[in-house]
Amino acid sequence: MSAPGTHATSLPPPAAVSAAKDYPRFLPVGDAALTVEFGDSISPDLNAKVVALDIALAASNMDGIIETAPSYRSLLICYDPVVLSCRQLVAELRRLLERGTRIRQGSAVAWSVPVVYDPPYAEDLPEVAQRLALSEDEVIRIHSGATYQVYMVGFAPGLPYLGPLPDRLHISRREAPRPSVPAGAVMIGGIQANIVPMPVPSAWYVLGRTPLRLFDPSRHDPFLFRAGDHLRFRRIDAAEFEHLAGLESDLVLPQVRMPP
Amino acid sequence: MISALRATAPGPYVTIQDVGRRGWRRFGVSTSGAMDYPALVSANLLVGNPADTPCLEFGQIGGAWEVAAESCRIAVTGGKFTVSADGRPLASWRSHTLRRGQRLVLQNARDAVWGYLAVAGGFDLEQQLGSCAVHVRSGLGGRRLAEGDVLSLRADRPEDGPERVMDAPSRDTGPIRILLGPQDDYFTPETIADFLSAAWRVSHRSDRMGTWIEGPPVRHANGYNVVSDGLVPGCIQVLGSGQPVVLAMDCQTIGGYPKLATIITADLPRFTQTPPGRSIHFTAVDIDAAQALYRLHSASIDALSDCVAEIAAAVTRPFWLRG
Repeated sequence: MSAPGTHATSLPPPAAVSAAKDYPRFLPVGDAALTVEFGDSISPDLNAKVVALDIALAASNMDGIIETAPSYRSLLICYDPVVLSCRQLVAELRRLLERGTRIRQGSAVAWSVPVVYDPPYAEDLPEVAQRLALSEDEVIRIHSGATYQVYMVGFAPGLPYLGPLPDRLHISRREAPRPSVPAGAVMIGGIQANIVPMPVPSAWYVLGRTPLRLFDPSRHDPFLFRAGDHLRFRRIDAAEFEHLAGLESDLVLPQVRMPP
Repeated sequence: MISALRATAPGPYVTIQDVGRRGWRRFGVSTSGAMDYPALVSANLLVGNPADTPCLEFGQIGGAWEVAAESCRIAVTGGKFTVSADGRPLASWRSHTLRRGQRLVLQNARDAVWGYLAVAGGFDLEQQLGSCAVHVRSGLGGRRLAEGDVLSLRADRPEDGPERVMDAPSRDTGPIRILLGPQDDYFTPETIADFLSAAWRVSHRSDRMGTWIEGPPVRHANGYNVVSDGLVPGCIQVLGSGQPVVLAMDCQTIGGYPKLATIITADLPRFTQTPPGRSIHFTAVDIDAAQALYRLHSASIDALSDCVAEIAAAVTRPFWLRG
């Protein structure tokens, strides 16, 4: 164990701590939820295990499961203790995991997300370029040149947490959050990237804006992204942004959903 | 003519709530729903509604409302709130029938924070993602109610029948029971022992997202940045400063601070109803005990209808009739 306050950064606990733990861990979150933890870091492999268990659990149709929520390295399972005790649930999960879980082909979607990286939509691009000692074009090229996995959707309805962010764009967050960033803001912060579905307070940096509506309660499927999806950013100009922003979701979505 | 309840001077924190949203947590949608669900069920049963019917929830002050319907039957629960119609006191935990034009005023209670106003037949509302519960931050279900808002009623007058009454539940006064974890390993056993022996004060920094509790700082043994993971209402999250925050119904779906413990389901309404300034203690139970208590709590909500009694007709004459 390290001394208090030795890693007060955005980094996860040191590897020595992780090594002492035996994964997967089954941790009660109160009397009606359980976290299944696969590790202590942010990585595509750990996240794939989370998504695989989520899919296997949904396919098992276990009685008493109310809902599940995947995050970076763990799956939160909300259940009804009147139907299913914690002990029973853990035993069932061990059985599922022993049988082996795998992401089935075709369950994840690949997206091409249009982004305008020009003013007035890219308010933090100059600051990011300066702090990272890159040109603005380099920041855009690196950001839009990577493939990201949706690790989880959370914080606000439909907000995807994306990674891995290329090393050269790692940037510590602002000391104080700004009260509001606009819907559609495409951001980076720490070692992560995200897209904002609605105005939220944030200490991250805005690189651009997408016209996609990530959350639209009037749509048949209100949420665009699922944990496990992949996406890339495609640079567009302000005219295309305005054009896409004015279209109905039905017309836009087929253009941004890539064939598997 | 419309049948409605009109907000003439509503309190600052009045929203529509029901049991909340289930099944959307994976998309970042908070549960929301009543801060004191058994009280919401009680209000509904008193006016003859199904248990989950959306109600008005108000934080401490419900404010002034005008009846814009031929008549309507209401009940207020949650605590011993001071309620009046045209200045005449009305008992809480009891139904009352009001007539058009009456001014209903909902004031605070000494023994509670969150009050519920149910209307017979319910409000005429659309569900969003399976619930009418308002989540202020995302705008799901709408927003806080403001002066001039008009809530349509599904019925223009209540069904005939006696008024109903129930005893206000006697709240357990013992320590709030918690289950340690999921991140109790971010704290030393001594810190956890101190947390359990300390007297905590419920602070004024409290809303539907969470409540700061005042006491000795809770030191992290192992840093305070966990890889963000799922959380639920009742989680006691310890901020970087050592400040514990008890999360409530509108809390985010994921968080990055260590969660020392989680309040058991049966005790969460008792915690959320503790007025600011009051002192509380915590005690730890194990998962088997917590789940046994969960099952008792669940059965007690199902049995609330047995606690509702009809009042003899002579007593239920509308109070505004003279002679």
